[in-house]
Amino acid sequence: MISIFPSLLNGAVITLQLLVVSMFFGLIIGLIFAILRINKNLIINKFAYGYSYFFRGTPLLVQLYLIYYGLANVEFLRNSFFWVIIKEPYWCAIIAFSLNTGAYTSEILRSAFQTIKKGYIEAAQSLGVTKKITFYRIQLPIAIKQSLPAYGNEIILMLKGTSLASVITIMDLMGEARKVNVLTFKPFEAFITAGIIYLFITFIIHNIIKYLEKKYGFQT
Amino acid sequence: MELLSFGDTGWGDELFFATLMTIAVSIAAMAIGFLFALIFTPLKLSKNKSFNIIGNCYTTIIRGVPELLVIYLLFFGGTGAVMYVASIFGYDGYIEINAFITGALAIGIISGAYSTEVFRGAILSIDKGQFEASKVLGIKKNIQFYKIILPQMLRLSIPNISNVWQITLKDTSLISVTGLVEIMRQSYIAAGSTRDPLFFYSVAAVLYLMLTFLSMKLINKLEMKYSKGY
Amino acid sequence: MSKFKKFGLGIIISFFLVFSANAGSIKIGTEGAYPPWNSKDSSGNLNGFEVDLANALCEIMNHDCTVVEQDWDGMIPALTSKKFDAIMAGMSITSERLKTINFSQGYADEVASLAVMKGSSIENINTPEGINLNIGGSDVDKALKTLTSSLSGKTVCTQIGTIHQNFLESGDVGKIKLKTYKTQDEVNLDLTNGRCDVALAAAVAFTDYAEKSGKAVVLTGPTFSGGAFGNGVGVGIRKGDSKLLNEFNAAIDKARDDGIISKLAIKWFGFDASM
Repeated sequence: MISIFPSLLNGAVITLQLLVVSMFFGLIIGLIFAILRINKNLIINKFAYGYSYFFRGTPLLVQLYLIYYGLANVEFLRNSFFWVIIKEPYWCAIIAFSLNTGAYTSEILRSAFQTIKKGYIEAAQSLGVTKKITFYRIQLPIAIKQSLPAYGNEIILMLKGTSLASVITIMDLMGEARKVNVLTFKPFEAFITAGIIYLFITFIIHNIIKYLEKKYGFQT
Repeated sequence: MELLSFGDTGWGDELFFATLMTIAVSIAAMAIGFLFALIFTPLKLSKNKSFNIIGNCYTTIIRGVPELLVIYLLFFGGTGAVMYVASIFGYDGYIEINAFITGALAIGIISGAYSTEVFRGAILSIDKGQFEASKVLGIKKNIQFYKIILPQMLRLSIPNISNVWQITLKDTSLISVTGLVEIMRQSYIAAGSTRDPLFFYSVAAVLYLMLTFLSMKLINKLEMKYSKGY
Repeated sequence: MSKFKKFGLGIIISFFLVFSANAGSIKIGTEGAYPPWNSKDSSGNLNGFEVDLANALCEIMNHDCTVVEQDWDGMIPALTSKKFDAIMAGMSITSERLKTINFSQGYADEVASLAVMKGSSIENINTPEGINLNIGGSDVDKALKTLTSSLSGKTVCTQIGTIHQNFLESGDVGKIKLKTYKTQDEVNLDLTNGRCDVALAAAVAFTDYAEKSGKAVVLTGPTFSGGAFGNGVGVGIRKGDSKLLNEFNAAIDKARDDGIISKLAIKWFGFDASM
């Protein structure tokens, strides 16, 4: 048990890296698509909906395989500048995870935007506040605060999602556990220890979100 | 398109049956999940502290570790555990649990944790007054549960259970490690054999989209039907 | 419609028949993703050298056999947890594995080799044709040195949990960037995609792939045997299952004497790999 711990911890560092980087890009993507979703232009709206529908309607594993093995099969991509990125399993994972969490984040933010009381916006308008400032100073902060609980869940779902990185040769926590399993033929030690580490990370994320909710969240 | 033809040369019939398998294993997992939820929801709502802890452990652990890990543990350990139990009862022969059961059970345990949370939320949102009213009317506890709480709980749960269904459906893609030939494994095999991963993983994506789309339609219909009068 | 009925029936049986005790018949686990040793055709049927051999051995042993599919990384745990009774999956006999399971005598020789895409800078490595790590000596040392300098800084790909991974991690070829995959199919894909500079597996796995895919995969460097590469491929059997072990050993003897193994090897590998 003790001997496998260091390698699993190394894996856990990769897992956290994957999580942080893809949550960062996912948040940006999610925000952009949430804004597109509340746009009144039908084409923009449908495009944003299509994106979120595809990434929410298919398993993350399929998305990961499509990006890693699928895109690598396209001759002109392999000969283009993009190959520098797609060649690396790490970036393929980041792309898949970011696009996936971006789709869920856009839904979370969209519903938060739509539940903002009209009164706030009307009040701002009657006070002569410009649309831009209303958005950045009123709508966005409220939406973010309202999204916190759901977004916390999304972070934990994504943490679990990163475990799929191991299928495209990345040695994250799951990858290290699988390696220990095939080398020692002792599945329980490897997988239960990894499970405890995952639970520990979940526990920390959960508490951070709770703290943020207490500090910044509000009841409406 | 030749790759998708039916018969010996194409992968069409294999993918078709793999899709049926995905549906079958999702439904089985969902049913197993409901069973788990019916056990653990009362535990979580119980006033007894130790019941509470058991219920919370289940939902916290299962929702806190990757699905793949649950599947691996069950896959590698499931048979061993069953055989251990059997040996206590004096049976030492080979016991085989097939891939379908292992897969459905693994996904069912996961889906059950989510269903438990949904049912719990639904019961908590039922107006307290109804409990008091039925008490005043002298309705027995178990009748109160079956005739008053359960129907409302189910109706209130439909939107969130539809989310659980979508999660369950997509999670079945992970059980290819148990050797069950569902959409994901069949595409994987086809991609390896034909060396055309782009095509077959795209087909897999389309199949999953079709399943999520059709089940959404179905669930919406159910929701319309059961929220009549509200 | 019969396929439909079979499918439906299968599902129904699965529900009710959770436990099935098997009497007299044996199950043999294989991977189905390591052609030409074992693979799957487009109808989903297992085929390959070991599938044919398994059926031949069972006929000799007078057993009812089913060959079942199992992912490589769960192969040994699946055997020990009695999901099947024997492994025939191109699994080499190594001291590491012998700690957990038993092996029959070897039935075929797996010659390992490196492979690259045509035009690679290490398409020609100046080494002897084959090296045997058991024998050692200055020739082997020199060859390993040459390999160390050729492979330095290269991304080397191989299947996880194999003798090839053990060799690459042993330090015999110095420090390399090792990437491990779930199946050999994936290694082949990434070798042709260019994510791997070089790959290590059974030589026939590459030549078979090159032939079927038409991709310019070529062997390079020496062929390897001995040491981390083990002592041939045998049937993996649970410890304590000595009756089955003896039966397999006797059956392999008979199959070898009758020329069955040679015949199947020539059919699938193109040369006689029996041992």
